[in-house]
Amino acid sequence: MYHRFDAVIVGAGGAGLMAAAQLAGQCNVAVISKLYPVRSHTGAAQGGIAAALGNVEEDHWIWHMFDTVKGGDYLVDQDAAEVLAREAIDAIIELEHWGFPFNRTPDGRIDQRRFGGHTRNFGEGPVRRACYAADRTGHMILQTLYQTALKKQVTFFDEFMMLDLLLTDGVCTGVVAMDIETGELHIFHAKAVLLATGGFGRVYKVTSNALAATGDGVAIAFRRGIPLEDMEFYQFHPTGIYKMGILLSEACRGEGGILRNGLGERFMERYAPTLLDLAPRDMVSRAIYQEIRAGRGVDGKDYVWLDLTHLPPEVIETKLPDITDFVRTYLGLDPVKDLIPIQPTAHYAMGGIPTDVDGRVTIDEQNTPIPGLYAAGECACVSVHGANRLGTNSLVDLVVFGRRAGRHMLTFVQENDFHPLSKEPDYRARAEVEWILENEGTERVATLRAELQEAMMTDAGVFRTGDGLKRLQQKLGELRTRYSQIRIDDKCRTFNMELVEAIELGFLLDCAEAIAASALAREESRGAHYREDFPARDDANWLKHTLIARTSGGLQLSYKPVVITRFEPKERVY
Amino acid sequence: MQVTLRIQRFNPETDSKPYYREYTVEVEPTDRVLDALNYIKWYQDGTLTFRRSCAHGVCGSDAMRINGRNRLACKVLIKDLGPKITIEPLLGFRIIRDLVVDMEPFFAQYRGVMPYLINDEPPPVRERLQSPEERAIYDDTTKCILCACCTAACPIFWTTEWLGPAAIVNAHRFLFDSRDRAAEERLAILNQKFGVWRCRTIFNCTEACPRGIQVTNAIEQVKRRILFEQS
Repeated sequence: MYHRFDAVIVGAGGAGLMAAAQLAGQCNVAVISKLYPVRSHTGAAQGGIAAALGNVEEDHWIWHMFDTVKGGDYLVDQDAAEVLAREAIDAIIELEHWGFPFNRTPDGRIDQRRFGGHTRNFGEGPVRRACYAADRTGHMILQTLYQTALKKQVTFFDEFMMLDLLLTDGVCTGVVAMDIETGELHIFHAKAVLLATGGFGRVYKVTSNALAATGDGVAIAFRRGIPLEDMEFYQFHPTGIYKMGILLSEACRGEGGILRNGLGERFMERYAPTLLDLAPRDMVSRAIYQEIRAGRGVDGKDYVWLDLTHLPPEVIETKLPDITDFVRTYLGLDPVKDLIPIQPTAHYAMGGIPTDVDGRVTIDEQNTPIPGLYAAGECACVSVHGANRLGTNSLVDLVVFGRRAGRHMLTFVQENDFHPLSKEPDYRARAEVEWILENEGTERVATLRAELQEAMMTDAGVFRTGDGLKRLQQKLGELRTRYSQIRIDDKCRTFNMELVEAIELGFLLDCAEAIAASALAREESRGAHYREDFPARDDANWLKHTLIARTSGGLQLSYKPVVITRFEPKERVY
Repeated sequence: MQVTLRIQRFNPETDSKPYYREYTVEVEPTDRVLDALNYIKWYQDGTLTFRRSCAHGVCGSDAMRINGRNRLACKVLIKDLGPKITIEPLLGFRIIRDLVVDMEPFFAQYRGVMPYLINDEPPPVRERLQSPEERAIYDDTTKCILCACCTAACPIFWTTEWLGPAAIVNAHRFLFDSRDRAAEERLAILNQKFGVWRCRTIFNCTEACPRGIQVTNAIEQVKRRILFEQS
């Protein structure tokens, strides 16, 4: 089926919906989403959204900008971080006006809490900057934005999965998507497309990410020749529920929770004497593994404790209700009186599809934009998170850059005409679906995926080495070959989730290959990318963004400079 | 431990009516029902079809009938169910395939109550003020994840056309928000024949809610609001 819209947004999480809200009523816009919009993974974000409102103590956007830059180990593009920190304030107020149910101060203003890496006066101590709604901030953002989109009568195509991105003569002309319910392919002809497809945490075995977080947009862009930026920087959140990976928000520590090793020691005193348990996530995750390696995990195992038992029970029940529920449901423990077993969990991709501050996708070291193609949210790399994202900055990224992308798209669609589609625009998508449905191999999708996740966890996790990454690349090559020999049981067209999972595995393989090659090349340690064979940060050689592209000759790496405006790179201590 | 799952199956391309199929899987007692379903799908029968995403009870995708009760498959542990588990799709909706039902009528009811903040007064430069007490009044109903466990547990919904609990919960969320100005319009919708008065306070919805929302209480508050505003 053929559709024609001025603007098409792929993905209905925070970034996609924020962009849709800018376009609705101004032009003809459609949102395509693999899930019902309210199922998007933005809804799983818990602790807060940062903005220097200064509602409960002195704060300034430039402090927020500084923290973002330092938190990202100076790989952050500072022009983008300035936009993030400045516009966060306005975006939060806009969300409030749209009905966001923030927690309030006694005088009725938006309440704010502490979060990791957010400081007053350029690192002096923690600052209350995270606006929040209990531990359901992401849920409230998703709800508020979906409600706003309904109010503005946005057209939704729910449970439509993007299979291909259409580029004609270097111009974006639309997307091809599959209606999951019927298996039918739909061509969406558009003047402008926004990729807001989220992350790819499912490349790892232990992850906080939803099963749907399979890097669809990132992989499709990569397949269409668009380079990916900084893919080696993947964040492990320190506090995932042991073995399950379910997120326990940094708000636990923001409210006063502390980490303890198997000996009961508050080990963060040794790693970050000023910010302690509220140091940035890359440092805390590494510290946890260092404790485990030194034999100070609990009972010699690979986990440590999150301790909330000293907090007043009413703080736990009212400010962390969902987390309390998770711990009770999945562990049978009560955070009011029990220690919680935690381990780092794969959480967030700092890298992704390169964009400028208006969400325009760029394709080279000179930041040349592709006309009509935009990206925002976790699938994009602006780059405001650099080598390590600060807690609460992902939600800021969604609303600030989702909004900017939407606004830029509106101007673009008003000034440009439809570019004609190429002949048979859906041939690639059709071929992929038919191949998977008809292939009669011997490999099971789930088996390959489990091996991929295990290998990524071992060799591209918190600690990496050259040897490990080479071993990983070999494994990925083997998995790629075996992927061509898959067979699925389900040959039907109606709601074929086995087909969906097989396609998603292809996306995950693409993401994994980009991560492995980018990580192997970067011979330094910075932020979340820690190379045991190159343990120091190396600004002389590596203060630059990785770009990796798939070419006919294989994967090709290039690099582009980091934008530095206000803050010269310094050693990062907390 | 070994568990047997008896699952209702239906494929519109091959079946004229639903039937049951049994699967036996080896699981940990602390596994989620969703883990067992995934295990079947991934390693035994790829045709078994269900929705899922976050796997920890916040996205609302995997609502289904588990041993006769509407639950999220990712929020129920095997050890709380025992070795025999029956799984069926939510009642009251058209079955698309296996455990996947057509949610469109459910979302249409949701959209019908104008589930968004309406306030045409020019907003202040900063946030609108709302006291913690005002915020607390509607806190419970902000938790809704639109999973449909409540609506699909309502006997009235099974037999009669009406808004259903979830839509009313979402109307409540705005009716009791001090910033909203559209109470009159919303109450008019809720006061219609297919509105709140079809509720017989059976409390199935409250029992079914995986988020612990006091659904029946919210419906009653809306009823009282209509009575007071009209008098």
